[in-house]
Amino acid sequence: MPHKKSITELSAGLAAGEYSSVELTEHYLKRIEKHNDLNCYITVDQEGALQQASQADALIASGEAGALTGVPMAHKDIFMTEGLATTCGSRMLENFVAPYDATVVTKIKQAGMVTLGKANMDEFAMGSSNENSYFGRVLNPWNTATVPGGSSGGSAAAVAAGLAPIATATDTGGSIRQPAALCGLTGMKPTYGRVSRWGMVAFASSLDQAGPMAQSAEDCALLLNAMSGFDEKDSTCMDRPVDDYSATLNDSLKGLRIGLPREYFSEDLDPAMRKVVDDALKVYEGLGAQLIEIDLPNTHLSIPVYYIVAPAECSSNLSRFDGVRYGHRCDDPKDLNDLYSRSRGEGFGAEVTRRIMIGTYALSSGYYDAYYLKAQQLRRLIKEGFERAFEQVDVIMGPTSPDVAFPIGAKADNPVDMYLSDIYTISANLAGLPAMSIPVEQVNQLPAGLQLIGNYWSESRLLNIAHQFQQSTAWHSQKPAGFFEGES
Amino acid sequence: MSWETVIGLEIHAQLATDSKIFSASSTAYGAEPNKQASIIDLGMPGVLPVLNEKAVAMAVKFGLAIDAEIAPRSVFARKNYFYPDLPKGYQISQFELPIVGLGKLEIELESGQKKVIGVTRAHLEEDAGKSLHEDFDGMTGIDLNRAGTPLLEIVSEPEMANAKEAVAYMKKIHSLVRYLGICDGNMQEGSFRCDANVSVRPAGQEEFGTRAEIKNINSFRFVERAINHEVNRQIDLIEDGGTVVQETRLYDPDRDETRSMRSKEEANDYRYFPDPDLLPVEITPEFLSQMREQLPELPEQKKQRFIEQYSLSEYDASALTSNRATAEYYEEAIKLEATDPKLTANWVMGELSAALNEHNLDIESSPVSAELFATLVKRIEDQTLSGKLAKEVFEYMWQGEGDADTIIEKRGLKQITDSGALEEIIVGILKDSPDQVAQFKAGNDKIIGFFVGKVMQQTKGKANPVQVNELLQKLLQA
Repeated sequence: MPHKKSITELSAGLAAGEYSSVELTEHYLKRIEKHNDLNCYITVDQEGALQQASQADALIASGEAGALTGVPMAHKDIFMTEGLATTCGSRMLENFVAPYDATVVTKIKQAGMVTLGKANMDEFAMGSSNENSYFGRVLNPWNTATVPGGSSGGSAAAVAAGLAPIATATDTGGSIRQPAALCGLTGMKPTYGRVSRWGMVAFASSLDQAGPMAQSAEDCALLLNAMSGFDEKDSTCMDRPVDDYSATLNDSLKGLRIGLPREYFSEDLDPAMRKVVDDALKVYEGLGAQLIEIDLPNTHLSIPVYYIVAPAECSSNLSRFDGVRYGHRCDDPKDLNDLYSRSRGEGFGAEVTRRIMIGTYALSSGYYDAYYLKAQQLRRLIKEGFERAFEQVDVIMGPTSPDVAFPIGAKADNPVDMYLSDIYTISANLAGLPAMSIPVEQVNQLPAGLQLIGNYWSESRLLNIAHQFQQSTAWHSQKPAGFFEGES
Repeated sequence: MSWETVIGLEIHAQLATDSKIFSASSTAYGAEPNKQASIIDLGMPGVLPVLNEKAVAMAVKFGLAIDAEIAPRSVFARKNYFYPDLPKGYQISQFELPIVGLGKLEIELESGQKKVIGVTRAHLEEDAGKSLHEDFDGMTGIDLNRAGTPLLEIVSEPEMANAKEAVAYMKKIHSLVRYLGICDGNMQEGSFRCDANVSVRPAGQEEFGTRAEIKNINSFRFVERAINHEVNRQIDLIEDGGTVVQETRLYDPDRDETRSMRSKEEANDYRYFPDPDLLPVEITPEFLSQMREQLPELPEQKKQRFIEQYSLSEYDASALTSNRATAEYYEEAIKLEATDPKLTANWVMGELSAALNEHNLDIESSPVSAELFATLVKRIEDQTLSGKLAKEVFEYMWQGEGDADTIIEKRGLKQITDSGALEEIIVGILKDSPDQVAQFKAGNDKIIGFFVGKVMQQTKGKANPVQVNELLQKLLQA
């Protein structure tokens, strides 16, 4: 039953010859087919995957394999994969075949991993429930009447259901951490600039960051080792050495200072959620950590600031989808304006359209100072708040999401309610800080997540903090019913 | 009523980098459409810009040359608008924080007076592609070879008072960017073009009139004509009781008129904001001093040196240094054959310049190289050639017949300076013209021209005129 295994275990199994990469790949391809109803994948690349797998087997046979060689994975459909459809969950790119590989894709290829296919997502990464995909919503394997979270809902549901042992994802306001929390997974958004954005379709350039969606912190570390590093093709990617994230997983947590922002534990926090978070914090105390109450004074502004900055950038980033060179083009345009308005009107879904309009408004002359400029000033204050907090503590903890997985359709008609799903995750993007979500005890039989926010470039420490928790608890090993019982 | 004109220019100089400002594609002109457009230039999903440092260096050199403030930190911004030849739906430009701040430039007016024109700013930006409306059967073709080509937009203060000043300013910038080697200045290929902001106001009025912007003018001649036309249009309009509206106009050189392109109301709201894909450009003091060291001798410095070193008049020095290539040609020519600087200057600005004009050629593409030209001046200086003969030799040189001595030899164009031979010819002429000799003796000095003419006729112009005069005086007095 390889689909129950972590990538650390799969890597060992491949090396020991328990199964070949081709066998492993076929196994996952069959499972994807079998659980097609979850709608985790937009594209499955059977032929390409098997080809990559047999190449990996040759490498393993010749003794040239690395830690990840031959291990299958899935890419969020926001990453350009040369020769393979890259849709970003949008009708706009329904028939778009990527002409090049994203840097993340190249690095993962170089590590010898096998790409099973492209994971479903909210259109252009805008959403918190994966209900905004042109290719249909994704179901949460823990309860198929609920959403898996978003925007990396396909990546999360695929890993949770064992349709991929690990996946890439991206996080602009919580799009890795929130679905990780809702699907019982470990997900990490690294420091802004740690992973190259080249070839990752831009939603909000100053916030977007790619990271791993995994079964454990140990697996996260392995994939992040492969994904990270300087890329001269991305000016915002930092030229800074990459740690071996696996090397320090077992460091002691004695003396660790954990900051608990009063703002994250207010009376608005659901008591059931509060209890599982508090219990997790007790585990940390048991590991030698110290809990310190702190203030993050501008936390309440993070949602309004985010919903100016992100739409403003998206309104500009999505201008290139104009029906002229690639992507959806309307039939028989009568003139240039008609070409633009119908191609874009037909190509984009409601949420994308809404954000383009918000962003266009926020940047318009006469409103720029009141919205965009003000939001940037507040963004700086939020960042400074974190910087002050990290003078006192090593890591900040709290719930990842205010809710566990909610029923499909529950928030679909209320965008502001939906936006509040990201209330705890957004500020890490605004500040550019690394942050993770790890599974804690469930609430109402559904997974819940603990968020860990670290100081800049503290990925190693964060993964270590997460891993130590997972060494003391088994929440991350829980699997949804109905997907792991048999041999296939 | 008398009117005053106020003109400001926005000049777009294409920077002479080998690759584009944000991608590695070539900037060479004239390639097959879309052959120099990479995935970055096409605005594919997921691509990112990376700044070409050479474009930054060029902008900084320009700033230093106009004595401007160089921003220690400048920021790229997105200018958002939809157009089919603008692949990303925005142009990367600089808005609030340009790389070059306030500078100045001195121009010379026709009267010989000097005037200082302020340069408000200069900023880096990428060019758009081209829309091709012909040959596509009612459709439009898009060529993105030019998309992403680096431009330096140089914005003047509204300090020019007529079209001639505007042309003088534009020529000065044109010369400067070529001196600096940052722009090839080719106006036909669009490497150097300008927009003119023009307004009029009653003489003495403080406040500016409403301006119209004339877009994309690509020759000095058209700038002058477009501005003059626009000034007249605005004055006529106001005098007829109308008002000038703020708008963008296009100059049509075929009909010599400007016409409205779009009004202020139709203008785009560009929604500028800092480009999150690019970091701010930081200019360190070390980089600045490095750029300063790399600056070539600038026109003004070169002119002063020419005046001192070669004892040229201000007028000559100014003309010879008006562009770098001419100055280099001149200096090479005097160095090669150690010819007299003044004489060489006269011939560069005279015969050579006239021939280049006539054939519409730059000095860089002159068929007569500085090396050949020097051999010609040398033979004028040592009196082997008279002025007239020299012009003839130049003509053959232009046609590719080689250096001066080769042509003189081949064509037998040597000036006759052997006084014995000349004397013999003159004696013969005097003998054959007794009437004219009698007239001279009777006091008609002007008749001497008749004899000179005869000598030149017989020598086919090869006689040294000074010598002929001397000999004539001597023999007639005898």
